[in-house]
Amino acid sequence: MKVLVIGATSTIAKAVARLLAQRGDCFYLVARNGARAQAVADDLVVRGADGAYFEQMDANDIAAHEPMLKRAAETLGGIDTVIIAHGSLGDQHVCEQCVQAMMNEIATNGLSVVALATLVGSYMAERGSGTLVVLSSVAGDRGRQSNYVYGSAKALVTTFLSGLRQRLHRRGVCVITVKPGPVDTPMTAGMEKGLLWSDPPRVAAGIVRAIDRRAGVVYVPGYWRPIMAVIRSIPERAFQRLAL
Amino acid sequence: MRTEDITSWGNAIRGKHLTVAPRSRFEAFPDIPSAGSVLPFGQGRSYGDSCLNIGGGLVFARQLDQFIEFDAQTGVLKCEAGVLLSEILKLVMPRGWFLPVVPGTQHITVGGAIANDVHGKNHHRAGTFGRYVRQLELLRSTGERLCCSRESNAKWFEATVGGLGLTGLIVWAQLQLRPIPGPCVHVESLRFAHLDAFFDLTEECADDYEYTVAWIDCLARGKRLGRGVFQRANHCVSNELVACPRGAVTFPLSLPFSLVNPLSLRIFNALQYHRAGDAVRKAVEHVESFFFPLDRIAHWNRLYGRKGFHQYQCVVPMAVAREAIHALLEIISREGTGSFLAVLKQCGPASPCGLLSFPMHGVTLALDFPSGEGPSRLFTRLDEVVSQAGGRLYPAKDSRMPAHLFQAGYPRWRELSALRDPRCESTFWRRVTQGAS
Repeated sequence: MKVLVIGATSTIAKAVARLLAQRGDCFYLVARNGARAQAVADDLVVRGADGAYFEQMDANDIAAHEPMLKRAAETLGGIDTVIIAHGSLGDQHVCEQCVQAMMNEIATNGLSVVALATLVGSYMAERGSGTLVVLSSVAGDRGRQSNYVYGSAKALVTTFLSGLRQRLHRRGVCVITVKPGPVDTPMTAGMEKGLLWSDPPRVAAGIVRAIDRRAGVVYVPGYWRPIMAVIRSIPERAFQRLAL
Repeated sequence: MRTEDITSWGNAIRGKHLTVAPRSRFEAFPDIPSAGSVLPFGQGRSYGDSCLNIGGGLVFARQLDQFIEFDAQTGVLKCEAGVLLSEILKLVMPRGWFLPVVPGTQHITVGGAIANDVHGKNHHRAGTFGRYVRQLELLRSTGERLCCSRESNAKWFEATVGGLGLTGLIVWAQLQLRPIPGPCVHVESLRFAHLDAFFDLTEECADDYEYTVAWIDCLARGKRLGRGVFQRANHCVSNELVACPRGAVTFPLSLPFSLVNPLSLRIFNALQYHRAGDAVRKAVEHVESFFFPLDRIAHWNRLYGRKGFHQYQCVVPMAVAREAIHALLEIISREGTGSFLAVLKQCGPASPCGLLSFPMHGVTLALDFPSGEGPSRLFTRLDEVVSQAGGRLYPAKDSRMPAHLFQAGYPRWRELSALRDPRCESTFWRRVTQGAS
């Protein structure tokens, strides 16, 4: 399989790529930090990847997306799977005070993702095959006071992918929305870890399973599906009083 | 940066630490300015306080977990220091390679294996882990990155191997692996009736068996003192399909009391000894079950209850080994306390790799004791024997040795002190260097 990974130095993307590397997949890795992208590439090759190329790109530089996708397709000789995994977890409190910080969060976690998904969707539709995997979040299922900026960017992604999946379904393209619960990664380093937290290898295994069975929307770990169903069903009148 | 309550493997010592985790090997030294000092931290598998820096900072190195290069022709592997030995074995064993030295657990980081210059059942032949480190990168708090080997920056290499994390952060290492014919070892177990028999067996088997180790019944007294079961093994090619042990069972929680007590110990030891039988038992085992039997029970340290346990591991020089080990076992068996896992092992003549490497040509004895009043008196008496024999205790297992014993056992400690990173310190180091200027 030929895999393009955007946000390749993110812990979850790395964990997924490691599992795929063991099967001998070939990678094109894109990340904001070139040296770290190269380190991931070296790691994957040692772990069994058939090859790993990398490119430095800032996902917020929308104009860079198209040439990057072209280079990736040329380098790999066609792309089977695209994983979009970049993101940031900005400080909610800062976002409440500073409009620019809030807009940046939405841009990184929402706009840049749907921009990439649009291009990748067209590329795959034209080929008549492919799997697009995008990391959304359970946070996108309902806005909560503790992280609704991040959550609303992910809600944009989730809703966008839902439409894209429907549109591309008959073109042979599989669109997978991955909704991890909280995961112990550097992005969440400053947070208190509770019972429902998961670790990157477990989340990665869930994502690889989803790729293999061409799933639509997956919660990882799976117990988040019923939990979020309950949270979504709480009437707004009651929800606004909760301290979630 | 966070504040976390952290304990080591013995569960007997815990305390608050400020913690950080570098995200990549390209980052600057991950200092914590608000902490008085910092210490690199891998898996926290050291038993006592050598991996702790209570009241100070810890730098979690576990996330430096990337492989950098592997040459399947020569068996040279370069990886970041947070990679686990288990991850290395998973990668290299199917390609016919193995780590030349493995300790009793594979759940430790490469950085931790170097910093404690760990040894295994093949010490008499192979020496310590450090011997197979070709190069390493040391990141100092001054911002310097030193590529250290026996040829370049040799004094830093010697200080960092076995240096307990005190010389700075090990970022990556290049290791020389060894080829193996397959994932199996041919193991022979035989019972021995007393300590002298252990020494005879050790001598007899040293040349023909790559791996030797003995479990001993630490409660046996009189003529039976030092009886136990001797294991000797070699890598082998097997036609039988030997299953790799699957998944670990988890010991779920720490009870308020220890399950290791004089009664359970007596029963376990008698069973263990008599189960072995008179004949030599031969078996083909998977390397994982032979080298890492305790890894099959995750959190086995919880067996000792909430108060935790201490391990006492000493080494005494060959010339006086018989008398010294005899004296130690005498003291322990009279006490009636001790552990399921009492291990006796010969250490070979390989010269130590680091300034503070533990093994010396002689015999090492390791026992676990539940925490409490009793052991500390017992330890003091054991210390006297070790000290008189010219032996020393293993810092990776220690949480209580007196400063004078450390300083006498490790005469080169001042050299390490001079090369220590000005920002790096541990609870252990403060303890064993106090009173010395």
